[in-house]
Amino acid sequence: MGQITLKQVTKSFGDLQVIPPLDLEINDGEFVVFVGPSGCGKSTLLRLIAGLEDVTSGEISIDGQIATDVPPAKRGLAMVFQSYALYPHMSVRKNIAFPLRMAKTSPEEQERKVTEAARVLNLTDYLDRKPGQLSGGQRQRVAIGRAIVREPAAFLFDEPLSNLDAALRVNMRLEISELHQTLDTTMIYVTHDQVEAMTMADKIVVLQAGVIEQVGSPLELYRNPANKFVAGFIGSPKMNFLDGSIAAEHNAATIGVRPEHISVSREGGTWRGKVGVSEHLGSDTFFHITIDGMNEPLTVRESGEVDLRRGDEVWLTPSASHLHRFDAKGLVIR
Amino acid sequence: MARAVKPQRKAINTAVAWSIGLLIFFPILWTILTSFKTEAQAISDPPVFLAFDWTLENYGIVMERSNYARFLWNSIIIAGGSTILGIMIAVPAAWSMAFVPSKRTKDILLWMLSTKMLPAVGVLYPIYLLFIKLGLLDSRTGLVLVLMLMNLPIIVWMLYTYFKEIPGEILEAARMDGATLREEVIHILTPMAVPGIASTLLLNFILAWNEAFWTLNLTAAKAAPLTAFIASYSSPEGLFYAKLSAASTMAIAPILVLGWFSQKQLVSGLTFGAVK
Repeated sequence: MGQITLKQVTKSFGDLQVIPPLDLEINDGEFVVFVGPSGCGKSTLLRLIAGLEDVTSGEISIDGQIATDVPPAKRGLAMVFQSYALYPHMSVRKNIAFPLRMAKTSPEEQERKVTEAARVLNLTDYLDRKPGQLSGGQRQRVAIGRAIVREPAAFLFDEPLSNLDAALRVNMRLEISELHQTLDTTMIYVTHDQVEAMTMADKIVVLQAGVIEQVGSPLELYRNPANKFVAGFIGSPKMNFLDGSIAAEHNAATIGVRPEHISVSREGGTWRGKVGVSEHLGSDTFFHITIDGMNEPLTVRESGEVDLRRGDEVWLTPSASHLHRFDAKGLVIR
Repeated sequence: MARAVKPQRKAINTAVAWSIGLLIFFPILWTILTSFKTEAQAISDPPVFLAFDWTLENYGIVMERSNYARFLWNSIIIAGGSTILGIMIAVPAAWSMAFVPSKRTKDILLWMLSTKMLPAVGVLYPIYLLFIKLGLLDSRTGLVLVLMLMNLPIIVWMLYTYFKEIPGEILEAARMDGATLREEVIHILTPMAVPGIASTLLLNFILAWNEAFWTLNLTAAKAAPLTAFIASYSSPEGLFYAKLSAASTMAIAPILVLGWFSQKQLVSGLTFGAVK
């Protein structure tokens, strides 16, 4: 079981309120990702759930039990830290067994669980090494192993992949997703990387300045962002925003259209523009095109290789069904 | 790229380093040499360096005249006791200052250190009176307490700087893993801080071993450590340099041996955190 409910939770450091009253429901077995720019309060929120920080007011309950004043170890949650936070003076075996040792588990049971965790995480050959002798990816797996053996109600991940290189990050992303499917346990995952959020989450919680901007599945957020912030944050490359007279034509203060929802033509279309920088990825090409009446170039995504050069005059046509309209406050107009 | 050093340059550097090292060590060397001279040679002018009649006479007389073992035992008890007691008090203090600092932690650290800026003689009178009242005069317990208190600010400061180097996330991980505060300190913090704690122990032991002001003023016969043993040879009967040197050599020998065998630990501990 691993159902977590936050009711009117707030957090202040001195006079500074970093989390205004906040409600959140996390269902059993869900993979929930907290995403937002740095300093948005996502890590603080995770630490409140973990019990490493005390809430200023409000209530946190885990599986129906109020946990607000329960110490971290008694909440039945396990955490994987950004720096891995392994115990450098202990072998991998002792690191993984540490929570069991603290829980006074019998040595035979400890050995059984450590062996099992090592098998699942491909660490069997490294059990007698010290963390200093492992690669970044292996260290990360030890940290996960230490979490697994506790059989927690939920796993908490605090930017666990940000210290790894790009290729390894993709691998670990898959491994964690796979682990979630195998264990079927609630996981809460904090990241500033929207790609990680989109690829791993059942449910994404987008945060800005301690406020939940939107909660939903990755595709819900992609298709129906509730406001300009979410629209700009989810999706890569980010959504293009146009205001002024172009937006006014659509009865909005701002309109947004994603790079993949604009088509380019030499013959004719809605907006006329001039090609600037192009980025060729092979599978896709991103063009930065400045259209008349706008200072900022729009990003346009085309499949495959398209022969357009710097300075070419082109016409852009946004897909009408994928146009997002926002009012002056940045809220979506449905 | 490693910086290229010319061989001549390297030789000069080595010579300079050795000269400075010998210069610093010279007083100890001279004391040891003098302890093997006769009283006449010890004060001869010009002084003799190595060409003298080597004798063990001074050691014989010193051993005969005073009970070295008792002084040594007192030194061990006083230096060891004050160090261990100090560490036991300083570990929790440094833990709280390093990991759960308050707004005033920095002030408290400075304020603690400020007690070291007062000359010890300034508090001799009140402490002497307190010792009389409490019956601690000429007792090892009293000296353990006073020396511990004198060195406590330094112990706390040293441990504080070592603890600051330990990432807080590791302690948080231990807390998540179910460790109580006591288990966190015993299983995680202390093993990780072993180099720092060891050099703090050693340095403090050396400081306490060599401490002369309080040990001379607060002891008479029963609790007198090796500092009093040395002082007893600069006596009213006149100065006996060779015997004084023999006594000094005997007093510093144990700590010199300890320092020699732990020099690696001491150096790595004292430069801990200087390079990362």
